[in-house]
Amino acid sequence: MIADNGIVIAFYVLAITTGICALMVAMVRELIQAVVFLALTFVGIAGIYIVLSADFVAVAQVLIYAGAVAVLMTFAVMLTPAADRKNSETAFQLPAAILAGLLFAVVVFVIYDTNWRISGREAFPATAASLGEAFLKPFVVPFEIASVLLLTAMVGAIVLTKEEEDEGADA
Amino acid sequence: MTMLLSLLTIVTDNWWDIRDLSNVSGAVLDIIDDLGGPAWLIYIVSALLGTLAIISFIGGVAIINIWVERRVVGRMQSRLGPNRLGPFGLLQPIADAIKLMQKEVLQPKSAPGLIFTLAPIMFTIPGIAMMAVLPWGRNMSLANVDVGILYILGLSSLGALAVFMAGYSSNNKYALFGSMRVIAMLVSYEIPIVLSLLGIVLFTGTMNPQGIVLFQEHYWSLMILLQPLAFIIYFFSVSAELNRTPADIAEAESEIVGGYHTEYSGMKFGLFYAAELINAVAVSAIISTLFLGGWWAYKLDEIVPGWMIYIGKIYTVYFVFVWTRGTLPRFRIDQLLAFAWKWLTPMALLNIVMVSAEVTIWEESGLSAGIVLPIYMVINTAAAGAIIYAFVRFLAPKFERFPTQLRFYSNIDVPSLPAVAAPPDRAKVSV
Repeated sequence: MIADNGIVIAFYVLAITTGICALMVAMVRELIQAVVFLALTFVGIAGIYIVLSADFVAVAQVLIYAGAVAVLMTFAVMLTPAADRKNSETAFQLPAAILAGLLFAVVVFVIYDTNWRISGREAFPATAASLGEAFLKPFVVPFEIASVLLLTAMVGAIVLTKEEEDEGADA
Repeated sequence: MTMLLSLLTIVTDNWWDIRDLSNVSGAVLDIIDDLGGPAWLIYIVSALLGTLAIISFIGGVAIINIWVERRVVGRMQSRLGPNRLGPFGLLQPIADAIKLMQKEVLQPKSAPGLIFTLAPIMFTIPGIAMMAVLPWGRNMSLANVDVGILYILGLSSLGALAVFMAGYSSNNKYALFGSMRVIAMLVSYEIPIVLSLLGIVLFTGTMNPQGIVLFQEHYWSLMILLQPLAFIIYFFSVSAELNRTPADIAEAESEIVGGYHTEYSGMKFGLFYAAELINAVAVSAIISTLFLGGWWAYKLDEIVPGWMIYIGKIYTVYFVFVWTRGTLPRFRIDQLLAFAWKWLTPMALLNIVMVSAEVTIWEESGLSAGIVLPIYMVINTAAAGAIIYAFVRFLAPKFERFPTQLRFYSNIDVPSLPAVAAPPDRAKVSV
């Protein structure tokens, strides 16, 4: 009984918190506050992963999104000259709200319209070890290709941002 | 003597047996079960017991370690340290805490209140939450999480965001510069930390802290002996992550005043101060779990309760942290980042190559652990020494006792000073 009720309660608490935080990302007028709410949203999503007993994905979510991506975004905000403390009003507020509402309606319609298949099996066992096995045995080629792709992106970023060195200019 | 030892080794299942605190919680849960309490109540009570234990330990530590740190550093620097309030100055931290609570909490007028207030809280929570996955004994672990090490890494990566929030919301250039420095440092040192822990995970084959302790117990060997290089890398990186002295660039009175907590006062500053101590203890606990065997200590854990051994190990590691703080000078910011990228990261990569080769050899050859592990210990210790020596020999700037050429000002074009009118000749005037 605890399993069912507790998980349902936990899911709704997490879902409401995450939803409110995600809404606040769009609502707050200050860009840095939006980033902080975004980090909270990421943590909330990690909590939902834990409810789904996907502990590895949850921890990776916190590590990558809340830890790394949020810091990256704060840097992006810092380096953007036009990022004011108070965002000015734009003419696109109403169209954006209408568009978002329509998109939400479509998603809700799809969720209620789909005939969801309920799998009868138990929750997954420990996911980290089986994920590692999957990465290094059947899916080793995509895994390696992804790592080469990331390396290429990293080298590209360095090449793009590196300035021409003036020999002896600041010796 | 033998009788005394045999008497001591009987671990009873009675709740009053202090050698295993899990008996107490077990007794409480038995009482609930006997009274016919529902299953979820037992679940909640056990969770509350563990959380209360950890939070009270952390609270005690945050108070006591102020005194420990100041006294030990004072002793190392031939000072007395706090010695007026109470015996040996033991009441000093309490007086400090009362003073901090009484102080007025100032807040810049232009600071965004929400972020300004949230930052110290967000800085403190990860250190406390980290302790949840660490085992305190064979049956004492609040959350036996299968991805415990990743959980620890994920929490420690949240600190960067808190520091940024503090620096940005202070609306102060020193705070912003300070937080930028700290974030550059945190982001750089995250990599050697992850890579050095990866070596441990590779070797033990589990990410569960309790599993790593059980591995060390099963093979009767400490990870610090098996992977000394990983330990050295982790220790240095983590002392940077903690803002402790070899790397305490977060605050520098002459450059950036107080760093990211320049504008904080009162208990908000107190939280930052406490969080540093809490993080230091949490990291000491992680080191003693992963490298020093946690609650296990050869035969000792049959006589002494595991949680006592664990606290002893935590404070041993903490003492080494205080020791480095008391003796080492600080890095410059560029030296610190270069140290992470040019020294620690390549060393950690070499360590991973070494460890994966060793794991493969162990698995393929099918030799027993009693033969393989002592050989690995000798090889790895020698390799760690060799790698560190090679890095120092080939990467460090050459030491010059007598510099052959003048540096610094001879290379700089100094603009000639404007001509100054010659002072009047005093001899003539006086006549």
